[in-house]
Amino acid sequence: MRIFVPQDSAALALGADRIAQAIRRDAAARDRDVTLVRNGSRGLFWLEPLVEIETAEGRVGFGPFTPADVPALFGDLTAHPKYLGLVEEIPFLKKQQRLTFARCGLADPLDLDAYRALGGFAGLEKARAMSPAEICAEVKASGLRGRGGAGFPTGIKWETVRTASAEQKYIVCNADEGDSGTFADRLIMEADPFCLVEGMAIAGRAVGATRGYIYTRSEYPYAIRMMSAAIDLAARAGLLEDFRLEVREGAGAYVCGEETALLDSLEGKRGQVRAKPPIPALIGLFSKPTVINNTISLAAVPWILAEGAPAYAAFGMGRSRGTMPVQLAGNIKHGGLFETAFGITLGELIDDIGGGTSSGRPVRAVQAGGPLGAYFAVSQFDTPYDYEAFAAKDGLVGHGGLVVFDDTVDMAQMARFAMEFCAHESCGKCTPCRIGSTRGTETIDKIIAGDAVERNLALVTDLCETLKFGSLCALGGFTPYPVMSAIKNFPEDFRGPAAKLAAE
Amino acid sequence: MSQSIPSPGWNETETNALIDAHLGQEGPMLPILHALQAAFGYISEPAMRLVAQRLNVTRAEVYGVASFYHDFRLAPQGRHQMKICRAEACQSMGGETQARAFLAALGLEWGGTTPDGRLTVEPVYCLGLCACAPSAMLDGEPHARMDLEGLKALAAEAV
Repeated sequence: MRIFVPQDSAALALGADRIAQAIRRDAAARDRDVTLVRNGSRGLFWLEPLVEIETAEGRVGFGPFTPADVPALFGDLTAHPKYLGLVEEIPFLKKQQRLTFARCGLADPLDLDAYRALGGFAGLEKARAMSPAEICAEVKASGLRGRGGAGFPTGIKWETVRTASAEQKYIVCNADEGDSGTFADRLIMEADPFCLVEGMAIAGRAVGATRGYIYTRSEYPYAIRMMSAAIDLAARAGLLEDFRLEVREGAGAYVCGEETALLDSLEGKRGQVRAKPPIPALIGLFSKPTVINNTISLAAVPWILAEGAPAYAAFGMGRSRGTMPVQLAGNIKHGGLFETAFGITLGELIDDIGGGTSSGRPVRAVQAGGPLGAYFAVSQFDTPYDYEAFAAKDGLVGHGGLVVFDDTVDMAQMARFAMEFCAHESCGKCTPCRIGSTRGTETIDKIIAGDAVERNLALVTDLCETLKFGSLCALGGFTPYPVMSAIKNFPEDFRGPAAKLAAE
Repeated sequence: MSQSIPSPGWNETETNALIDAHLGQEGPMLPILHALQAAFGYISEPAMRLVAQRLNVTRAEVYGVASFYHDFRLAPQGRHQMKICRAEACQSMGGETQARAFLAALGLEWGGTTPDGRLTVEPVYCLGLCACAPSAMLDGEPHARMDLEGLKALAAEAV
């Protein structure tokens, strides 16, 4: 009997280790021969801990699982109170187009043989038979754009680093996934870490870089351990050749998710934003040409190399090609990672896939793209999931997070939080962000208190213009998105209790 | 302050050994500061002096880095550290209201430590458990789908 119990952070945070212990104990007491596999998560987080058992028909799932559900695993499986049927047939999983996340949850994340058996290293092998220029051309042809949020074409970035001349070049993976509502980087690092190792090794070969760093968050201790172990295993198996890879831990600064602040942090400095130009592709880590890509961009590369650029580009719409791991989070019934081709609408994602709110109350707002992303109202649910379509609505795809709020949310408080967060996390280098965010918080406080509301709203709007056009990076530059979208799409929350009553 | 004066959270031999272990890395400052905090609970002034000396940078630079990052503590904290997520996804599930009730029950503000020095409660902005909100972390171990009772039970565990 093969039983799978995930060792993902979310599963562990929900007691997966206690479940694994209970299964071992119960199996021993019943004298049953059980092989326990600690797999990664499938990303169906509302079902975590999701226990699976291998059957002749395929793997069947049980969840959300508790230690009390263990004894029934040794009886009629279909009668188990947490029985979910075949995991692959769960609509949330079945409706996905999993390319980058195809292997997540299938095996022990550190089982190299399983990784190979599931198609791992096919991309790297292909890359090693190609010239660096050919690899860059392939990535360019795939249409892959930066999955961190900026959406810059990955192939063009690689080509710039490839053609730069230097004795040392670097590949830096931005795994500093600080956006609330996102966990795609974490899932890759914890469920399929070799995929990221492979993507970075391909990038190294494509641009002539022999060193790579994965910069991730101190808030992700399991991901750090898993990634470090995977690098070690891959290096000892000789799979990395002369490419040296290392995990570096951040120290709780959101702004280090901005690429130039991340580079300064890696160098051992305060995580302050650098003015651009020069671009990191030419003057990056330790002033050397550097590919700095988001985790998901790098993790998408092995599939692109293995299956070919046209196969990847066949997914998506307009200039948004391929797939995006949409992360359904917050007050949502079916929260988790949903990898899908661009073009699906926001409403389909929230209502059909996500099943509406977890509280059962009506959906009121959705914040797309993290703390710097816009709040969408239900009336905008026909917006297709696409970089350009979101931008046209003054919103961001960002790193793919969608945080759902029900009708109890106070949007004036959310606008205030956006300003407060910017003040808390500002690196302090540029004035609009450092000072504007604090003044913005104070002004929104006045609006909430009903003090000269129209005049203060005009002031916040003006301040947001200054932040948007005068900040050095996206922290100050994009804080206006959540603030202004809250004001524009939910005006009744900013004009006192009378307006709120009138709107109802 | 002379380096010979012993100070809590400071041990010259051990600090030197921790610095040595990271000197071969490129950009060793953050790994060293993480190691010092893991060993001593916080980064003391004499430790910063030694780091400056060994890395051949100014004390101001080490202080600048140590004080920039939310993770690094420059003074002793509680024996246990609880981080409660205050970011949007946890807010959407009532995390903020619950966190305030929890702090009130302990008589603490954000960043405060219980009078017996047992527990420090700090805010954190996202633990990546946003589909299982609200979340918290006790001494590096994440906990998800937390309610107020769950937070109190965790706090009681930390002795």
